[in-house]
Amino acid sequence: MSNNYSRRSFLRTAGSVAAVSALPVTMIELAFAKPAENFTFAYISDAHIQHIRGTKFVNNWDRGLIRAVAETNLMMPRPDFVMFGGDLAQLGTRAELDHGAEMLARLNGKLYCVMGEHDYYDDLGEYWSKLFGPQHYSFDHKGVHFVVLNSILTFDDWTHNRWPTPQQRMLEMAGLDNPNGSPFMVGDKQREWLRKDLEKVEKDTPVVVFSHSPLQKIYKGWNFWTDDAEQVQALLAPFDKVNVIYGHVHQIQYNQIGNISFNSVMATAWPWPYPQSYAQAEQFMPKLTIPMNRADPFFERDATGWQMVDVNTGRVGLAYNLYNNKSRTVAFDPKVGHPVDKELQSVALEPNRTHY
Amino acid sequence: MKRTIIRSALAAVVALPLAIGATTSRADEFTKQDAERWQAQFMQVVQKGRELWTDPKLGKNGVVCAQCHPNAANSHPETYPKFQKQIGKVVTLPEMINWCIRNPLEGVPLEVDSPEMTALVAYATYERRGVKLEPGKH
Repeated sequence: MSNNYSRRSFLRTAGSVAAVSALPVTMIELAFAKPAENFTFAYISDAHIQHIRGTKFVNNWDRGLIRAVAETNLMMPRPDFVMFGGDLAQLGTRAELDHGAEMLARLNGKLYCVMGEHDYYDDLGEYWSKLFGPQHYSFDHKGVHFVVLNSILTFDDWTHNRWPTPQQRMLEMAGLDNPNGSPFMVGDKQREWLRKDLEKVEKDTPVVVFSHSPLQKIYKGWNFWTDDAEQVQALLAPFDKVNVIYGHVHQIQYNQIGNISFNSVMATAWPWPYPQSYAQAEQFMPKLTIPMNRADPFFERDATGWQMVDVNTGRVGLAYNLYNNKSRTVAFDPKVGHPVDKELQSVALEPNRTHY
Repeated sequence: MKRTIIRSALAAVVALPLAIGATTSRADEFTKQDAERWQAQFMQVVQKGRELWTDPKLGKNGVVCAQCHPNAANSHPETYPKFQKQIGKVVTLPEMINWCIRNPLEGVPLEVDSPEMTALVAYATYERRGVKLEPGKH
């Protein structure tokens, strides 16, 4: 109840502030038996700050992140911290990372960051780590164990031996549909770190894992994919309540594999088509996911937005508030044991769900 | 003398197609080699289109078509021509591509019959091959 109250009061506050219809960040509320322990955090992802030359950056992407930061700062109740879900930069340059960091620096409160491939493949994360710290880590907050993984690593041979320059390597990985790219993975070393990290966590402690790429396999051609997803899932399987929240895909996705709930977050930069809209490839979009309608390019911020997420008794529910689309809520339903869209899941397919 | 040359030349021009027609094919016939050659020509243009689709110099801000349209997905060429309410009329795919070049790419529109535009249309359409035509669809 107190959770519902919090959400209503938040929406009322948001509605009264600057008359915004939606906020391009993810607002996450975790609600437990003790209401005093309830808290929220905001989630901003995939800003893709893109340098043109000199002091010029692509204005469209700048506006997406500036707006997310400004609106996050207006949120009531105050989020306990802010997550940034990766791909702050487009081509991983210092200019882009500095420009993005400058915008993120305006956030009030603690910021946690996830590494994205667009941040990484120029200098292999060196400058990003100077700005934001370690690339994988964990922390505990009000009874929840949070884990941040760098899930966008790939084969050593591709990373170290294949490209004449770091800039070329970055360009090859930056093209989502580039056949010269390489599948993402968490890798042996980090999985071993994760195994040890989880050893000290009680099995009934809610676990929330943040990764940039989906820790599940959806479509390899666009790296909606993590190559060692099953091995990471196996490490998470012993826990009662596991939630994986990921960016990268620039669209609403959700799934359930065993005890693990998967939810994606929106980008502030631009939307991506669903893989099923590419007619030439087989893909494995989770059957649970009811896709968003095709974005309308005439609205600069269409199909970007934010989510407010409850984690009632350790399970996540995301309220997607979208700039130019009808809001959606995707929440774990204990009756069926997986995330459902509160409105759309039970409705028969409608013509306007067609995506092309 | 001069007249003779002209007459001979005319005779040659008239005779040439007849000679070819007699020894090879009529207009409604073509060989496997012809089909392969034409397909290769088409695929060269598709390839050129893919290069432009991922070329930061197509516009002026470094943004490429593929950033929002990987494999040209959601460019839905099979639905054009169609009414675009924001443009206020029925438009063709090249006109929509030019809208994208002007706006998200902050660039200069192409001539709609330029080789570059032909290549972009060829690439986007090729990636959508096999999907039924639905002109006008939203």
